[in-house]
Amino acid sequence: MSAPVSIHTLANGLTLIVEPMRDVRSAAFSFLVPAGSVHDPVGQNGTAAILSDLITRGAGDLDSRQLTSALDNLGLQHNETVGVKHLGFSAATVADRLPQALVLYGDILRRPHLPADQFDACCDGLEMMLRAMEDEPRQKAMVELRRRCFPAPWSFPTDGHLDDLPSITAEGVCDHFARLAMPNGSILGVAGHVDPEQILSVVEEVFGDWEAGTEAEVVEGSRGPAVDHIAYDSTQTHIGIAYDAVPYRHEDYYAAWAAVGVLSGGMSARLFTEVRERRSLCYAIAAVLNSLPHDGRVLCYAGTTAKRAQETLEVTLGEMIRLGEGIEPGELERCQARAKSSLIMQQESTVARAGSLARDWFHLGRITTLDEVRQKIEALTVETVLEYIDAHPAGDFTVLTIGPEPLEVPSGVS
Amino acid sequence: MEFHEITLENGLHVIAELNPNAQSVGVGAFVRTGARDETESLSGVSHFLEHMAFKGNGVYTADDVNRIFDELGAHYNASTSEEVTQFYAAILPEYLPTVVELLAALLFPSLRQDDFEMEKKVILEEIGMYDDQPTFTAYETVMQAHFDGHPLGRKILGTTDSVSALTAEAMRDYHARQYRTGNMVLAVAGRADWDSVVDLARTHCSNFPTGRTDRDTSEPVIKGTTRFVTRPAALQQHVMRLAPAPPAAHRLRYAADLLAVIVGDDSSSRLYWELVDPGHAESAELGFNDYDGTGTWLTYLGCRPEATADNLERINAVYEGVNREGVTGAELEQAQNRVASAIVLRSERPMGRLGSLGSNWIYLDRYRSVQEDLDTVRGITVEDIGKLLSLYPLDAVSTAAVGALESF
Repeated sequence: MSAPVSIHTLANGLTLIVEPMRDVRSAAFSFLVPAGSVHDPVGQNGTAAILSDLITRGAGDLDSRQLTSALDNLGLQHNETVGVKHLGFSAATVADRLPQALVLYGDILRRPHLPADQFDACCDGLEMMLRAMEDEPRQKAMVELRRRCFPAPWSFPTDGHLDDLPSITAEGVCDHFARLAMPNGSILGVAGHVDPEQILSVVEEVFGDWEAGTEAEVVEGSRGPAVDHIAYDSTQTHIGIAYDAVPYRHEDYYAAWAAVGVLSGGMSARLFTEVRERRSLCYAIAAVLNSLPHDGRVLCYAGTTAKRAQETLEVTLGEMIRLGEGIEPGELERCQARAKSSLIMQQESTVARAGSLARDWFHLGRITTLDEVRQKIEALTVETVLEYIDAHPAGDFTVLTIGPEPLEVPSGVS
Repeated sequence: MEFHEITLENGLHVIAELNPNAQSVGVGAFVRTGARDETESLSGVSHFLEHMAFKGNGVYTADDVNRIFDELGAHYNASTSEEVTQFYAAILPEYLPTVVELLAALLFPSLRQDDFEMEKKVILEEIGMYDDQPTFTAYETVMQAHFDGHPLGRKILGTTDSVSALTAEAMRDYHARQYRTGNMVLAVAGRADWDSVVDLARTHCSNFPTGRTDRDTSEPVIKGTTRFVTRPAALQQHVMRLAPAPPAAHRLRYAADLLAVIVGDDSSSRLYWELVDPGHAESAELGFNDYDGTGTWLTYLGCRPEATADNLERINAVYEGVNREGVTGAELEQAQNRVASAIVLRSERPMGRLGSLGSNWIYLDRYRSVQEDLDTVRGITVEDIGKLLSLYPLDAVSTAAVGALESF
């Protein structure tokens, strides 16, 4: 089992959370910096995505190739991602190399070169990625669903938008970094075979004199159309459905999680059983709970050949609405069993634990221990889950389809 | 970690790598059967059969199978490749008995006619789903182009026509032929007790039929063709190319893994610096895929259609340089560091070990420990890479292009 988590917030606001894990040789970190796509200037959606590429193209005393070599020599499995609120930097390697990795990330986050002569290459790379996504209707369906079911700028695609790319400048990207890359609001989660005292001293040394900045505010705009269709010459019709749910920080979050679990938590869950197993309407169907800091949605995807798409949509919506009519104790028990084993298996993955620590701190401002999560899951009853569903029924759906023909969304559901 | 093995009286191999410090246990059944073991008229049957496994046997209904796995909180699934069909689950150690029983049920399903007809529709939807994924289309097309006339070129999912025409009776015949103990291994990784594993295997698997199916593993004759799948409205061009590489049991297969990292990894390889870093291509990667008796270098390029010809030339130039001069010691060391740390990270999870355990048994007929993998990777020299390149130079013999282009 894991030792207790140690939490330390530096004077400049950077929060370090370390969970030592005894039975592993590796260590991982997840570094969240509050410079995600929600802060992309209006009309320049993609700024954070370009920064995420440019920021590793040289830092400190190292140029782009030297930096990459240094990361490789540490055997680092690393990944830079663009999130809605944060840029994410995650890395994992054999535990004794983690301090050296943190030194390199000190350069990346505080002294990146952001070379102007590589800005065009980053834009080209991003443009091609977005073009490739235009040819992948399944991926595109979920991006477009988010654009319609969340209010702007939370709805901005994290990877940006093709139409906005020409308006993004190198100066704008540097400005995004200067305004938003700061220790306050940044979170560093570390998990693995490490000594928390040693990690703290490295982090103090590398990030202790990083100057705090002014955290950016987000001005919320409006939501997109509730029902929409994008015509596309595809084999399948790709269906995205969303409805409101509570966010991770909400006291009813676990009830919301269980409600989605009954719908789509495994192969015995309702969507898989009713849409795929009983009716053979599709191969891929799944619903997940998606959480922003203050807001949540259930997001569902189903892909099916065009002539069966209308029935797929109707059966899927029907199952979502039917949740309110009752759930069987066994359905909840299966969700609880899945949660229990996931929690235990998370203890075998330093990458998963590091990510979880940073995410918890962001959403909750504290760390939920695995025991605490287990207790909350075990405390759920059919009644508490139904009370949640009663208070937050599936309805007011956002429906986005991509395919040859639009679908008829039953009246009264959107 | 401790390795154990036993062969049951009916010929079933049972292997386990046990780790008392693990929190979970992974268990899997690996069957040496896949698309290459099909005939033209049976194309897609291995994968379809993998779906049918979850429809239950005389004891369990389809609903039972999914419900029981979910009741245990199992992370479970199955997959089919050109050569292997596998069924696996990660669970808490106390559920091992139930899951071994379920896996045995999956391997010998009833194959009921009405289930067969229902699941056929799901398979046709799956074919439709992949049809909307250009990289998948490129992969299927380049495999067909490269292995033209050889069973490795057969589509794993089959085609809409072949799957539509399949009968439950033909599937039953195929199952009876392929699902025999000589084609299988039951593997366990993580926290379990070996004596219990053996007892469970004896209880639930002793009635599996004996026998083994032979497979022609002679090296295929590669003619090399180019195929275009033209989609005028597509914005991005996808090109995949194949060339011969070492087979799975070759002594240089680990050298091939390292060379693929050095030349074509997605973040710091030669192709990355030549094509991706400057913004010429979204993706330019080299992979190494190994099979029974043969292997492939798989080149993948994703870029704007108009840049395709120039990018293919850039890739050729990189390959010519590597074929001529090999790789540097520094490049090799970096790749070794990366691959070694990936092995360590993967090995920390029982499910990460299960895949290696099963495939080493299927392809090499033996166990390889994490330490042996690490030692092998560390022991590869620049000279080994040179030998590899002289036997299997980087090349692009067969090509598939999916996108707006009709020619290069």
